[in-house]
Amino acid sequence: MQSIADFLSIIPYYDQFSGLFQNLVVMLASSVIVLGFIALLAMFLVYLERKVSAHMQDRLGPMYVGGWHGWAQSIADSLKLLLKEDIIPAEADKLLFKMAPVIVFVAAFASFVVLPFGASSIVSDLNIGILYIVAVTGLAVVGIIMAGWASNNKYALYGGMRGAAQIVSYEIPAAISIMTVIIPVGSLSMVDIVTAQEGGIHNWFLFRNPFTFLAFFVYFICSLAEVNRTPFDMPEAESELVAGYHIEYSGMRFAFFFLAEYANMFVVAAIASTLFLGGWTSPLPGAWLGGPMVPGPVVFALKALLLIFVQMWLRWSLPRLRVDQLMHVCWKVMLPASLCLVLGVGYLAVFWN
Amino acid sequence: MEVDYSGEMMTLQMGPQHPSTHGVLRLELKTDGEVVHEAIPHIGYLHRCFEKHAENVDYPGVVPFADRMDYVAAMNNELGYVLAVEKLMGIEVNERVRRLRVIMAELNRIASHLLAAGTYGLDMGSFTPFLHCFRDRERILDLFEETCGARLLYNYNWIGGLMFDVLPGFEKKVIDFVDYFEPLVADLNRLLSYNYIFVKRTANVGILSPEAAISYGVTGPNLRGSGVAFDVRKDEPYLGYEEYDFDVPVGRGEFGPVGSCFDRYIVRIREVLESCKIIRQAVAKLPPGDVQEAVPKRVKPAAGEVYMRTECPRGEMGYYIVSDGGTKPYRVKVKSPCFTAMSAFREISRGAMIADIVAIVGSLDIVLGEIDR
Repeated sequence: MQSIADFLSIIPYYDQFSGLFQNLVVMLASSVIVLGFIALLAMFLVYLERKVSAHMQDRLGPMYVGGWHGWAQSIADSLKLLLKEDIIPAEADKLLFKMAPVIVFVAAFASFVVLPFGASSIVSDLNIGILYIVAVTGLAVVGIIMAGWASNNKYALYGGMRGAAQIVSYEIPAAISIMTVIIPVGSLSMVDIVTAQEGGIHNWFLFRNPFTFLAFFVYFICSLAEVNRTPFDMPEAESELVAGYHIEYSGMRFAFFFLAEYANMFVVAAIASTLFLGGWTSPLPGAWLGGPMVPGPVVFALKALLLIFVQMWLRWSLPRLRVDQLMHVCWKVMLPASLCLVLGVGYLAVFWN
Repeated sequence: MEVDYSGEMMTLQMGPQHPSTHGVLRLELKTDGEVVHEAIPHIGYLHRCFEKHAENVDYPGVVPFADRMDYVAAMNNELGYVLAVEKLMGIEVNERVRRLRVIMAELNRIASHLLAAGTYGLDMGSFTPFLHCFRDRERILDLFEETCGARLLYNYNWIGGLMFDVLPGFEKKVIDFVDYFEPLVADLNRLLSYNYIFVKRTANVGILSPEAAISYGVTGPNLRGSGVAFDVRKDEPYLGYEEYDFDVPVGRGEFGPVGSCFDRYIVRIREVLESCKIIRQAVAKLPPGDVQEAVPKRVKPAAGEVYMRTECPRGEMGYYIVSDGGTKPYRVKVKSPCFTAMSAFREISRGAMIADIVAIVGSLDIVLGEIDR
């Protein structure tokens, strides 16, 4: 926020504007930056996903558009989606049908506000940062149910119901495993969480103690379920529900769901790397070569991309769970496990330090 | 929308256009939430009057129509028909034709089972095995293309012989393929068959008991998946299958009751390896000879009737042909393995979940072209 304000001060007579106006400009500029970032990121991730899947499957993936290894494929795809006819089913609930993709996208967009790309590269370092993320990502459920209901299609309804049940369930173990980090840090602010892990790989919460080590895996698995990735992609299960809650969507509205999916992938990967992998801090301790020399946002993005690659890797190698098995994993495995981990971390916090 | 709040069923029409119905099959699901109380299959969307067509073309002209029934195992389909007509006319083909027919049928069986396993992975939400299977299937189709010019619908088996002899070097290519392919089955098993989630999804689903399987007349891998070791190649050999050394894999119920979706699936994977064994033996003793030696000038069987059954990849395919002494068959009736498998579907899918319905349909490995004919 501060750095954006500094940057904006090069505008002539910027200092003489009223404070309200200055704030407005800063907010507008941040939104545009985040929006542009999400759009570019989603395009890049779609391209990456296609390439990763292709190479796992002995294919080449996109090779033609743009020349070098089909780098412009995502741009062409998004142009196609933009130009497509916007179809709203005659029997659909038009208002809800139009609102649903916006809500899903806003939920993904809002999470970016507190993602700490660097010590100063954060839109807003809220003092309740991680709580805010848990809250706004939960908002996506509303959009998914809306989409499922408003489409007036049975497959969409099933998808919406599955999505709601799944996301709400998995938020609980995910939030509890986040607590294992919050207890030792003592703050909900994303920047505080990262600064608590400064000083090299041994300070990351992943390797701090066995409880946070396990909590990382609990969080990662739950986050897969939250963003509907295989093996938890029941809401859009292609072979069962055809496309799930976005079956009736086309063109730009579908693109919003698509954009939100990839933005969410990044969000959960970014949260995992903030909480457990030291955020923007370098894995190398002290001022070793490559340590502080690589800019924080680059380190952060690399960590997040690594986790995204793991998500893609899982997606293209695992089959899908069944709905009851999914709930079994959540309530009978993940939830008790995360509660035990919180107990363990609490024990350490009280009796060890 | 038929959502009833009193706890009654919702009818969900799955198909005829649906990614997991393996063709144009319509399933009428009576669902209560995710649980399916009844799944009623509706068939007939791909009916092309094969049997009526067969009455209006001469005997050799039926072969291309036979190809189009089970279009992923056309070589086996036409083989059954050709053998039936040869039996009716009393034609004896030479050893080379017999061996080549066995090689082609077994290669086609591998291709068909690969497609079944790959699409089953797809049904379970796993995309990568599908493309790995298709990559290997492609090599078989290349061999077929080289031999008879077609990749899917071959018209290769003629009454009394074969359309062409194989090109020089074919034997080596087949053995090369088998050498390349056999180790990859272990890969597929690691990636899909013994994957924990895959086993959990299939091992306790769609149980078809041996008694039920026999009473429904289910044949092929579906029957063997239920633990009944019946294979026409073993029990009623044709084309000299009695000379080959191969096993009949049956479902052993490793992860749950015998006759589950997993058993039906794993039987196919094991059969692929048995087919490789047969191919090796057939190629090793491939004698020289003229493949069109016994092709009759005019196919005009004497009045009579014949029933010939062969083991197709999907089960026992029977051809019942009635001849009135003319150049066209008086009647051709086909006993389709997928049709009988589909008849058991309603029973084994009762009380399953929506995702299980997909698992059951996939494990029966139906081809709608053959059910509807």
